[in-house]
Amino acid sequence: MNPRPLLQGESIRLVAIDPETDAEAWSLWSHDSQYNRLLAHEPLHPRTAGQLRIEMEKEETRNDSYPFAIHTLEGDQLIGFIAIEGIFWPHGAAWVSIGIGERDFRGKGYGTDAMREALRFAFTEVNLFRISLDVFEYNLPGIRSYEKAGFVHEGRIREGLKRDGRYWDVLYMGILREEWQKLQVPGG
Amino acid sequence: MIQSVFDGEKVTLSAINLEIDAVTLARWTHDPNYLQLLDQEPVRPLSPGQIKKKYLSEDKPDSQTFRFAVRIREDNRLVGIVALSWIDYSRVSAWLSLGIGDPQERGKGYGRETLKLILNFAFNELNLHRVNCWVVEYNMTAQHLLESQGFRLEARSRQAINRFDRRFDVLMMGILQADWLELEGKQKVAS
Repeated sequence: MNPRPLLQGESIRLVAIDPETDAEAWSLWSHDSQYNRLLAHEPLHPRTAGQLRIEMEKEETRNDSYPFAIHTLEGDQLIGFIAIEGIFWPHGAAWVSIGIGERDFRGKGYGTDAMREALRFAFTEVNLFRISLDVFEYNLPGIRSYEKAGFVHEGRIREGLKRDGRYWDVLYMGILREEWQKLQVPGG
Repeated sequence: MIQSVFDGEKVTLSAINLEIDAVTLARWTHDPNYLQLLDQEPVRPLSPGQIKKKYLSEDKPDSQTFRFAVRIREDNRLVGIVALSWIDYSRVSAWLSLGIGDPQERGKGYGRETLKLILNFAFNELNLHRVNCWVVEYNMTAQHLLESQGFRLEARSRQAINRFDRRFDVLMMGILQADWLELEGKQKVAS
């Protein structure tokens, strides 16, 4: 048994997304082009807090996703989001997406910590079999973080993204429950 | 050079006419072997009425999907469905799905011809940069067909589906417009 409660890491915890309190921060993040170019296939699309509140409330009714806000343990600050989503129940397969919207909290291990907790939740609570993600080839911090969390490279979609007048590859990564379980054994 | 976008030698791509086609499409959904080759969704037989509702909800003008009936030119009978879906905003790529529904119509080259037509549509009409296709690991026919038209294996989603009481990989195959143009050029020179 892990001594920590579920959804709590070393530096963060995963909590419910609250449209009332979180939408303002999400709106600021949606105006950050650097952030969105790491995160999304879609073109940049700034939103107001009001628009985002409606979208967040829609998301609450889905039965194929577990979205969370990422809060720091110290100071309880909202710094980003992580979601187990697109769950394909018959096959126990799902996707994960993550974003650390608050610039000052990037590159400090919060994302990796959040990913580890999301995987623990996905594999031991939702009982999924595998988790997939895709990441743009220029998102080197993202790739490093996913490798650290245990994701394995599964392929490369050639020129699957067009940005700034050129094409970029999109990398596919995945982790199986059994691979994740081996990582939990000390020294394993 | 004038080319007919929708006509091959034996098959033609046309609109799906649900009033007539729904009965045939519904019959195909009762063939588990077909569905298990085509799709990752659990097999689900549909009535003609359910087929109509499903197609009408999926084929809205803003859905970014182009779906065609594959018909035999000689007698206009429906033998398959081909679609490009989830065409992205910046028109970089789309997802291909292709099925020849009647088992007795397979192995006659209809799928190959359909694939050539839809790639021409994707690259010359929609001006896409690439086309993607998910293929289940045990569908060797599809893998060979896609490879023969220039697709390459690009990623392997390990053990992504559970079928026949075991797990199988799902392969992500892709073709770039440049690959396709090169192959077309070679075929023209050869013919």
